[in-house]
Amino acid sequence: MEHIRTTKVEQVKLLDRFSTSNKSLTGTLYLTATHLLFIDSHQKETWILHHHIALVEKLALTTSGCPLVIQCKNFRIVHFIVPRERDCHDIYNSLLQLSKQAKYEDLYAFSYNPKQNDSERLRGWQLIDLAEEYKRMGVPNSNWQLSDANREYKICETYPRELYVPRIASKPIIVGSSKFRSKGRFPVLSYYHEHKEAAICRCSQPLSGFSARCLEDEHLLQAISKANPVNRYMYVMDTRPKLNAMANRAAGKGYENEDNYSNIRFQFVGIENIHVMRSSLQKLLEVNGTKGLSVSDFYSGLESSGWLRHIKAVMDAAIFLAKAITVESASVLVHCSDGWDRTSQVCSLGSLLLDSYYRTIKGFMIHEHIHSCQFGNFLGNCQKEREELKLKEKTYSLWPFLLDDQKKYLNPLYTSKSPKFTVLEPNTVSFNFKFWRNMYHQFDRTLHPRQSVFNIITNMNEQNKQLEKDIKDLESKIKQCKNKPTDGILTKELIHSVHPESPTLKTSLCFKEQTLLPVNHALRTIEGSNPADNRYSEYAEEFSKSEPGVVSLEYGVARMTC
Amino acid sequence: MEFAELIKTPRVDNVVLHRPFYPAVEGTLCLTGHHLILSSRQDNTEELWLLHSNIDAIDKRFVGPLGTIIIKCKDFRIIQLDIPGMEECLNIASSIEALSTLDSITLMYPFFYRPMFEVIEDGWHSFLPEQEFELYSSATSEWRLSYVNKEFAVCPSYPPIVIVPKSIDDEALRKVATFRHGGRFPVLSYYHKKNGMVIMRSGQPLTGTNGRRCKEDEKLINATLRAGKRGYIIDTRSLNVAQQARAKGGGFEQEAHYPQWRRIHKSIERYHILQESLIKLVEACNDQTHNMDRWLSKLEASNWLTHIKEILTTACLAAQCIDREGASILIHGTEGTDSTLQVTSLAQIILEPRSRTIRGFEALIEREWLQAGHPFQQRCAQSAYCNSKQKWESPVFLLFLDCVWQILRQFPCSFEFNENFLIMLFEHAYASQFGTFLGNNESERCKLKLQQKTMSLWSWVNRPSELSKFTNPLFEANNLVIWPSVAPQSLQLWEDSTNK
Repeated sequence: MEHIRTTKVEQVKLLDRFSTSNKSLTGTLYLTATHLLFIDSHQKETWILHHHIALVEKLALTTSGCPLVIQCKNFRIVHFIVPRERDCHDIYNSLLQLSKQAKYEDLYAFSYNPKQNDSERLRGWQLIDLAEEYKRMGVPNSNWQLSDANREYKICETYPRELYVPRIASKPIIVGSSKFRSKGRFPVLSYYHEHKEAAICRCSQPLSGFSARCLEDEHLLQAISKANPVNRYMYVMDTRPKLNAMANRAAGKGYENEDNYSNIRFQFVGIENIHVMRSSLQKLLEVNGTKGLSVSDFYSGLESSGWLRHIKAVMDAAIFLAKAITVESASVLVHCSDGWDRTSQVCSLGSLLLDSYYRTIKGFMIHEHIHSCQFGNFLGNCQKEREELKLKEKTYSLWPFLLDDQKKYLNPLYTSKSPKFTVLEPNTVSFNFKFWRNMYHQFDRTLHPRQSVFNIITNMNEQNKQLEKDIKDLESKIKQCKNKPTDGILTKELIHSVHPESPTLKTSLCFKEQTLLPVNHALRTIEGSNPADNRYSEYAEEFSKSEPGVVSLEYGVARMTC
Repeated sequence: MEFAELIKTPRVDNVVLHRPFYPAVEGTLCLTGHHLILSSRQDNTEELWLLHSNIDAIDKRFVGPLGTIIIKCKDFRIIQLDIPGMEECLNIASSIEALSTLDSITLMYPFFYRPMFEVIEDGWHSFLPEQEFELYSSATSEWRLSYVNKEFAVCPSYPPIVIVPKSIDDEALRKVATFRHGGRFPVLSYYHKKNGMVIMRSGQPLTGTNGRRCKEDEKLINATLRAGKRGYIIDTRSLNVAQQARAKGGGFEQEAHYPQWRRIHKSIERYHILQESLIKLVEACNDQTHNMDRWLSKLEASNWLTHIKEILTTACLAAQCIDREGASILIHGTEGTDSTLQVTSLAQIILEPRSRTIRGFEALIEREWLQAGHPFQQRCAQSAYCNSKQKWESPVFLLFLDCVWQILRQFPCSFEFNENFLIMLFEHAYASQFGTFLGNNESERCKLKLQQKTMSLWSWVNRPSELSKFTNPLFEANNLVIWPSVAPQSLQLWEDSTNK
């Protein structure tokens, strides 16, 4: 709390991000230890978690006050105008401190209390059981086994305790290989394809320099290819651009020399590193935040940001990996520099294409890497750090909350009937890659589609279930009636049961209302839109001039409700 | 003329057909007067029946004795035929070339087509102007039907029956017609029942450089205003272009003569600029190099989505004037047959729930495009693969359909029809067995006796078996005005129309 000087500022304005005219809401701004909260005159609340803040900017003082712009990690951008510069300065300084919490313990996840008891908390953490997951894949088996080499984090601090390796790889081989790999991250199993008996393995770059080699490492790779009874050669995918990998050789790192390793096929994939990706995302967001953006600025901005190019590169790599397994039954070893960014992207996307289990909510949780800070799953950088932080005692797991709320996240078009190994083969022709508006503009509701297909289909599904139940009820009624002597009663009852008062028809009436006035925020149906939001004309100011004979605007009177 | 003269080789065996999304098929190629047919003579295989009028361009090349003809269709498909024998290949190619570029409309397929289905309702009589007018007459008595153009003498591109203000007689209309481009005097396009405001459309006023005026014209459009109210004139050209038009005898309404009207200029591109945009777009879509940067820069350079945004924005502005400002509007560009119709028809999609139903949308196409004199024959003569830079070819109608698709995507439950309906309309506008889109206006259609000699597209579409393909299962009647977003992030490329 020592960072907070001002807890409440009144008469603050919240500006509409895209509006060319200065449309705004006035309200009160509150600063708490964990959140920034804005309540407008309609009592609508806007909550911003300090840890979500990526950037705070105080702009030059204007006649209406001091502008404060906050960019969040979830792509929200809020633009406040604080009447007094002093207040703005206080809030600005507080947010600077609060958004840069150096210690994990100060994070909201450690103070968040969702009223779960200890056993519920424990169950939440146990939802994701990695050993169980490997068992599902069919590991351990005659070729792959659990290794205890890293049980005490002695070989590699950033790996978990439990690692799966080829059965024929002895401990000295593993230890030897880990010494030849950056950060000790030696090749381990990431995904096992039971049907093809092929594996996806991951590691970091070898410390090969210009000519160094390591027999143990060569043995370990050979062990991986031998663990595949179908295909003797394996692919080694270096997910970096070739130039980057070559530059690494000067620092004593690098990539595998095909001459030293038997039965490998080496391949560069060309995904850029996190620094390039970060600036690409920044450029993308910058372009999209421009007021009065034209179509051609949007597309040239999209192109120069390179964002879709990066997305396509990751996708192409994952498809290459999936094809190696399904078409050639070949195992694949994936690495980049340290083996924790690009490698994770490619391995997880590849297994998502291969295994339909990962396309279920539970399966997706298991290897998903989204960041959130309310819960402990994405705190810390590796298992060892998470243990030291005692996350399981001090914070709550995200997963049970997602599962409880999973209706919001279910795809009504999903069919679970496809067999386990239905491989997805996305078409990577360029025009199939789209700017994900609902992600990068999730808070700019005026840009969203106005009706949600998912909302409607989910409602329809529910309605169908209700109808099926009604059919059953009616059928059982018919059976009962058949046993009764008079036909007259039978007809009367049947007519009665399809009378407008019946629950079925009532549902359908409600249904109609629901589609027009959706309440489910998560499905992202737009609740209001009017022509002013969309800025069809630079003549807007002409419209609002009160001239004789011109009717003034009646915004809000006939607001769109679908 | 006999088609047989043009068909040098009617049949070739062992031809291999390649087309996107299908495996190659070997079979017999047959040429008829109107079709190119490939049959593998096996059951259960998809055969090719291609209308010659659907062919936009052909290329041929030879490798030894094997000839290849690449057929580029107006619906953007690219089909490849491998034909053994150089002579056969050359014959086929020149026959296709001749048959796909027949000059006379009366030789087109619709004049030869005999329907294999039972006609339940004759589409030529499905949307009569009198019936459409009845929809309004219950709400207002300020308008009347005029038969002044009965013989197409007042305005060659207008239908015989138009809706005009009741207080304006036919004599005045004749005078106004001489003051408007192509005789297109202001007529009613849409009546907004909620507040009685209207959309009118016309050709540009012929003010010329010395600021000519026409009292009857001023009286006509003022007759549509309620006491003390003002209206908006939306000119679909930039002020600059409108000013330049004066040198050629055209022009725009001057404030001094139309004090109750405020003019708004919006710039919507026309003619070859749109045609070039389509050519670039389709070229970009056909680029198979999988290079992301190249795709994005080509998409941007095509400007297609910029045109979409301009048209949609203008239509939204028109709808905003009507529904939010409570002001009537007059819309025109130069001729009043292209961008004007895009705007009037899209504004109705936004404002009028009926135009989002299948029947209502058909009525809209009939009223605002066919009867209103959009020159389909000229505009749709060639498509994205044409090389001839004719001034009058332009994908104006396709852009309109694309804009409808953009709104449909944003309001997926508010339309009774689906995307296939829009694609079907696009295909039939460019090549069809039906007579609906033949000719440039009602006058031409009358002379061609299309009603007697050809079948209407609507006769075919409005049968339950066809309608089921075009129905949106998510449709829930939505009686509200629908305001689409026109931000670049909200507009998308309509791939299904361009990628076949």
